[in-house]
Amino acid sequence: MTLDERKQIGSGGPAGRGNRKVSPSSAARSLAGATPAKKAAPKQSASNKAAPAKKAGPAKKAAPAKKKAAPAQDPVSTTEPIKLSPAKKTAPAEASAASDEPTTPRPHLRAVTDDDAAAAAAAAAEEAQRRTKSAGAPIPAGIPLEDIVAALLDAFQRVLGSGWEARVAAFLHTIRKRLSGEYDVDEFGLDPEVVAVLQHAVEPIAEKWFRLEVRGIENIPTDGGALLVANHSGTIPIDGLMTGYAVHKYTDRHLRPLGADLVFALPFVGQIARKIGATLACTQDAERLLTKGELAAVWPEGFKGIGKPFTERYKLQRFGRGGFVSSAMRAQVPIVPVSIVGAEEIYPLIGNVPSLARLLGLPYLPITPFFPLLGPLGMIPLPSKWIIEFGEPIRTDAYEPEAADDPMLLFNVTDQVRETIQQTLYRLLVDRGNAFF
Amino acid sequence: MSRTVLVTGVARKFASRAARYLADLAETGPASGRGAITRVIGVDTVVPDADLGGVKFVRADIRTPVIGKVIAVEDVDTVVHLDVNPPMRGRLGGSSNKELNVIGTMQLLAACQRASTVTKLVLGSSTAVYGTSPRDPAMFTESMAARGGVRTGFPKDMVEVEAYTRGFARRRPDIIITTLRAAQALDVDLEMPLSMYLRAPVLPVVAGFDPRLQFVHVSDLLAVLGLAVTRDRPGTFNVAGDGVLMLSQAARRLGRPVIPLPSLGYATALTRIARAGGAELPPDLHRLLKYGRVVDTTALREVFGYEPTRTTEEIFEEFRAQVRGGVLSGIGER
Repeated sequence: MTLDERKQIGSGGPAGRGNRKVSPSSAARSLAGATPAKKAAPKQSASNKAAPAKKAGPAKKAAPAKKKAAPAQDPVSTTEPIKLSPAKKTAPAEASAASDEPTTPRPHLRAVTDDDAAAAAAAAAEEAQRRTKSAGAPIPAGIPLEDIVAALLDAFQRVLGSGWEARVAAFLHTIRKRLSGEYDVDEFGLDPEVVAVLQHAVEPIAEKWFRLEVRGIENIPTDGGALLVANHSGTIPIDGLMTGYAVHKYTDRHLRPLGADLVFALPFVGQIARKIGATLACTQDAERLLTKGELAAVWPEGFKGIGKPFTERYKLQRFGRGGFVSSAMRAQVPIVPVSIVGAEEIYPLIGNVPSLARLLGLPYLPITPFFPLLGPLGMIPLPSKWIIEFGEPIRTDAYEPEAADDPMLLFNVTDQVRETIQQTLYRLLVDRGNAFF
Repeated sequence: MSRTVLVTGVARKFASRAARYLADLAETGPASGRGAITRVIGVDTVVPDADLGGVKFVRADIRTPVIGKVIAVEDVDTVVHLDVNPPMRGRLGGSSNKELNVIGTMQLLAACQRASTVTKLVLGSSTAVYGTSPRDPAMFTESMAARGGVRTGFPKDMVEVEAYTRGFARRRPDIIITTLRAAQALDVDLEMPLSMYLRAPVLPVVAGFDPRLQFVHVSDLLAVLGLAVTRDRPGTFNVAGDGVLMLSQAARRLGRPVIPLPSLGYATALTRIARAGGAELPPDLHRLLKYGRVVDTTALREVFGYEPTRTTEEIFEEFRAQVRGGVLSGIGER
């Protein structure tokens, strides 16, 4: 493409009108469409039998259709199977040339962009030509085994980095260890390897889908027990999973969620819950965990919170009977209020089927805008934006352990925790703005 | 004051071993003094197969008042009641087993109440009294009761036996009563339900459930029993090894394939498959294999004063070394 060719398009005459002799569109068409087609065509017809079929293609059909057409044509050219790949590769190039055509006749002063497109098309055509040439050389049929091995090794190296042999060995070792049962679980059933796997599985969901933002992580004690108290929402307790993920990611400690007995009665759910360290929400287990110096988490709203209709979102329900406060006081560990924003929008609960739920032994049977309607697709959580804020710890060691038997004190502390979370929720909602964007 | 110990149910393997252990204590221990055992008497309705060593065997049925005469004639002062057992084939099954467990205990306690010589009762109970359900805490302490309730079979028998024993303690407050709640013993010689289950070539499991299991070693059980006889340790104590093992983990370590079955109809399938493999399982085992059960042994350490010598994992490894490996044991061979 020379300088005067370029001048022809719009740079010489009045804006947008070409230069009297040639209109901009025709000039561009000649540049973009005609040249590459001329270049590519003779070579292809000379080298590849599949070419005529494809040459007919660009004029009428879009690229995907042609791709389908190409393999169908291949059995004809059985003598040279290796040509299959170059033949396919010419297809996109021609497609790009073809798709340029409709854009060129725009009567605006788009000289430079059209030019670029034309240049790209020309380059692509050249590339295609080069490939067609190389394909013409005699290559034995099939891919040599050593090439496959080399490619696989290269792929391993790329995926796993330089120390890939050690990593593969470690991976196989882990698999063997799992298969032979040579791993330890604690008395609650926590399996650290399962937690690690789940952590990796949840990471993309938390970071990319929910765009989880974590605040106040410094409020979680680095050692010793603490009781995390959080609001509950979202129809399915994904907020528990996300809190556990956040705590494990930023503090490297295991969060021990305290769940309802329904969790442990359900097949598979109960099994996984035990393996990630969850246990039944009862005083005995809570105190055992806290006195051991573990991080326990409760969602005192329970089913009232998680199964509340969408219209009541971010309105805290009654905080159980305040049993969590007495557990924390007996164990003399701080209470960390946790405010979770975002879980309410994942499955907006707009309806409930109480009779069917009672029949199935569930606390509620959710109807969301998508759930029974779209079937399994409706079970994909909506991509709301999440913020989890760990609030300032409320100390309980100022009280005597015997204070756990004072109901009035328990109610007061429960209210204090509840109010803290409610106020934080309002603040976070303002900070977050739109729920989804 | 030396002791004459009566052990019930010695035709059973564990009870006969316990009686022999106590008889050995009588020989090796101090001849006189507070904790000394002078004689060990074993009773049962059938003659035991095993060699009882220094134990004097008296054939008596504890469901009849004969047991009272045995206590009076032999001048028994310590009763070790081990004749509360899950039903087994080849002996008594179903309702007659319940009769042996509950009516036998009632008769024995009635005899003890009359006998002025009896000063101590040791009851060999089981952690089955805690039941097993999803509503249970992760670990049971001695003060907890079964939340999900125990409805049938051996666990219900055991709960009733313990209740009668508590009634007996109220009526005879001068008697020292020790209740030992033992977890499942894992031993190839003993016909314990869980060890019989784990010896099957394939293990039927409930799909979606992976129970936590806990075992106890026979030597620990015998040592605790001996301490309860020779020293005074009133109260109820859990006896179990530390730590837990998941059922899936146990199956993998044994190299046995598992068959996941739906929880509906699992109980029937479990008994059928076990019977096909030549084992007889008690009908209440399926609940344990669904939810599992773990007990807390703090009281055993701090109040009773005994430290279990083996953890659950060590007990299991010992068991694994004794049994034949499963078909999958080639995987992860060490």
